[in-house]
Amino acid sequence: MLIGIPKECFDGERRVATTPDAAKQLQKLGYQVAIETQAGEEAKFRDTDYKEAGVSIYSDKEKLFADADVILKVRAPDDTEIDLLREGQLFISFLAPAQNPELLKTLADKKVSALAMESIPRISRSQKMDALSSMANIAGYRAIIEAAQHFGRFFTGQITAAGKVPPAKVLVIGAGVAGLAAIGTAQGMGAIVRAFDTRPEVKEQVESMNGEFLMLEFEEDGSGEGGYAKTMSKEFIDAEMALFAEQAKDVDIIVTTALIPGKPAPELITEDMVKSMREGSVIVDLAASMGGNCKLSEADKVVVKHGVSIIGYTDLPSRLPTQSSQLYATNLRHLLTDMTPEKDGQYVIDFDDEAIRGATVTTNGEITFPPPAPKLSAAPSKPKEEPKAEVIEEKKPSALRPWLPFIAGGVLLAWLGTVAPASFMSHFTVFVLACFVGYMVIWNVTPALHTPLMSVTNAISSIIIIGALLQISSPSPWVIWLSGIAVLITSINIVGGFAVTQRMLAMFRK
Amino acid sequence: MSQSLINVAYIGATVLFILALSGLSKQETARRGNLFGMIGMAIALIVTAIGVVTANYSLLIGALLIGACVGLLLAKKVAMTQMPELVAILHSLVGLAAVLVGFANFLSHSSDFHGVEKTIHDVETYIGILIGAMTFSGSVVAYLKLSGKWGGKPLLLPARHWLNLILLVLAIYFGIEFVTQASIGEGLNPLIFMTIIALLFGIHMVAAIGGADMPVVVSMLNSYSGWAAAALGFMLSNDLLIVIGALVGSSGAILSYIMCRAMNRNFLSVIAGGFGNTAPKSSSESPQIEGEVTATTVEEVTEALKQAKEVMIIPGYGMAVAQAQHMVSDISKSLRSKNINVRFGIHPVAGRMPGHMNVLLAEAKVPYDIVFEMEEINDDFADVDVSIVIGANDIVNPAAKEVPDSPIAGMPVLEPWLGKTTIVLKRGMAAGYAGVENPLFYKENTRMLFGDAKESLENIFKNIS
Repeated sequence: MLIGIPKECFDGERRVATTPDAAKQLQKLGYQVAIETQAGEEAKFRDTDYKEAGVSIYSDKEKLFADADVILKVRAPDDTEIDLLREGQLFISFLAPAQNPELLKTLADKKVSALAMESIPRISRSQKMDALSSMANIAGYRAIIEAAQHFGRFFTGQITAAGKVPPAKVLVIGAGVAGLAAIGTAQGMGAIVRAFDTRPEVKEQVESMNGEFLMLEFEEDGSGEGGYAKTMSKEFIDAEMALFAEQAKDVDIIVTTALIPGKPAPELITEDMVKSMREGSVIVDLAASMGGNCKLSEADKVVVKHGVSIIGYTDLPSRLPTQSSQLYATNLRHLLTDMTPEKDGQYVIDFDDEAIRGATVTTNGEITFPPPAPKLSAAPSKPKEEPKAEVIEEKKPSALRPWLPFIAGGVLLAWLGTVAPASFMSHFTVFVLACFVGYMVIWNVTPALHTPLMSVTNAISSIIIIGALLQISSPSPWVIWLSGIAVLITSINIVGGFAVTQRMLAMFRK
Repeated sequence: MSQSLINVAYIGATVLFILALSGLSKQETARRGNLFGMIGMAIALIVTAIGVVTANYSLLIGALLIGACVGLLLAKKVAMTQMPELVAILHSLVGLAAVLVGFANFLSHSSDFHGVEKTIHDVETYIGILIGAMTFSGSVVAYLKLSGKWGGKPLLLPARHWLNLILLVLAIYFGIEFVTQASIGEGLNPLIFMTIIALLFGIHMVAAIGGADMPVVVSMLNSYSGWAAAALGFMLSNDLLIVIGALVGSSGAILSYIMCRAMNRNFLSVIAGGFGNTAPKSSSESPQIEGEVTATTVEEVTEALKQAKEVMIIPGYGMAVAQAQHMVSDISKSLRSKNINVRFGIHPVAGRMPGHMNVLLAEAKVPYDIVFEMEEINDDFADVDVSIVIGANDIVNPAAKEVPDSPIAGMPVLEPWLGKTTIVLKRGMAAGYAGVENPLFYKENTRMLFGDAKESLENIFKNIS
């Protein structure tokens, strides 16, 4: 089957749905790959690179749509592209299915099978194709870079000959993938980073990035289905807003990433807060496309209000086109790998596969969105409290038990003492003491030397040779020969054991 | 030479032997310890040869020389990966020697014991030969298993516990027979029957034990060879033998205990044999493992290593099989020269005998101060950027901590999954020795590099340097 990748026609979109590397991998799955000429130009992938990877170049978009069985894109199709799609084609891109019911209807009417990349459920198995996370990661990174560009100071604190520079303070609201990426980036540049999220379980993740997690003294868990946050109660929001108001006076940069799926973004930064910020501060609003977390932000623009630069770009991933194309193309490639189990270049839409079922929004002329709810949240479920009472009762050992070995040993020794002659007892004394010496000495041996320990104990256990020597002078030929053989084999053991130990020990060096 | 002088020399030898073992507590003193051991042995030999032996010097010296040459040759030729086999076969020699000395003592009738002393002496002879024969045949089987000439699967005869019990009862019966007959100067027949039974018992015991339990077996046989020497010491009324036997015996016993603890298994259950019969049932019941195996390539691994600051290498038996220790050493050297902190984490039962991995790494010239034990290093994984697991499985299985009904639940394991990335070098997706699926392979931050460990490592090394 032929996979076609048209050039993105949305204004300002620089990404492309496949890279030469990913195209090679797609060919390994049995597909042929074709791109519209210059599709990768903006992402710095030249037509010649694709050609080298075995991709055919089409100069005519219409012909590409006519030939291809599968179309991969970044953005949803525009009207001309929708006209070019034909029955039976498979179309994969970001589609925003919840916001675009008409688009789904058109696609279904045309009997195009469509997969929406944002609908891939957030289960651990499908992380490799989770394009939203890939893009969010890039957006978080780029948010800090944009902020740095509009911020008039260093991020890192320095003490220079020309005076002391305090580190910048960054507040990240919403510690999802984008938020964490922003925390990591800002941290890497030397800033002091604080983060807030309604989901308490992300505290650990924030701290793992060396960020400081701001806690609210409030009992409410904001974890919703599929790892996203849900809307919180009014009291919680009030407490939260008070926290932000207080932080706004202190920090230099605020990055907001708060989004609730399918709803307008919550307003978190009020005009008053913006006013309270220092001159020259920066706000990056990653939710600008959904109305913005900051009241004053404007989508796709940088505005300066009350001395604060408010960045409302909605195309942050596209501003790192090479990187985002690479990750997106890999996500698509993983998706197609799962859809092509036979590696024969024939895709299968398998509704038993939770990931593929979730992503599929139209097939066979029907709209299959929304999918049934995913079964598992990405976050670990709360451990159940287990009943403990039973265990305790079972484990009550009898008071006698620890003493049993001693009592048994004592009885045995007493019996031995009554029957054994004095000569035996003196040997027995030596034996018991030697066991204890051995016990004390061996516990000190470092585990690294256990093998040499075995070979050296093996060598010295050949002290049995003494037993053979004691008897070798016997008049009986049987005894002489038995002893002789015993001397032979124990001497193998003595020399072999010591020599190999020496050889091993010589190898241990600093 | 007077008896007292001989005794003094024996005391000196004993002290030297104890010093030899205590020298092994640190790498710095280990070589001196071994030297003490040699001197002790030389003193004991020379004093006995001069003071006690009165005839047959040519046989004695001839046997000594031939034996010494053979031993030296063995020690020089053996490859470090074959150490477990060598140790096993050397144990068998101790066992055989114990049997021979026991028989020689019985045949010489030199002792002039009476009454209880005679009975005790006979029992000592009997026990010495019994343990010796068990050690001998058990070690031979262990050798065959370790060298791959006998399959690693445990031999599980039906009613094998009953079989052992019958053999034990027979051994006791012949013991009583022997003591009664020996009091009137007979008793060779029961002694021979018992020896055969002990040989069978030794074979059966080791045959029933699976491949990965070998560290326990090898150290257990080590222990037996010591007890055999101690029993002979009682028989010959020789304190030197008793002391050394007790030292070696307790050393082996402690090693067995350490190995069992590292596998979270009861010593008796190891001896009773086989994991294999219980594991498959529970693995089908165990909850489905979440996630998916992610394969990786040599290039990605190289990149990850180059960008890491902390690297942990976890070798297992697979490294010994692939003879990959030199490659591992080269890689670690090259990474260290790039200022990447490379450390090795060794699980106590990695490999086929206690300390096996340490010896292999030492052979490959990995400095011992970057090789750490599990307990020393397990808390550090959180800071590790890349962990490389080479041919290990059960010792890095998170199921031991996370799945309470897993067959290996509670076994202490290395915890690479707490680090940032884990790379597992493995031939395929086969389960480890315990037959337990390893959830580590399915973890989000685990990457599998399939293929022969040595080849993969060679390619990584080429890319790094």
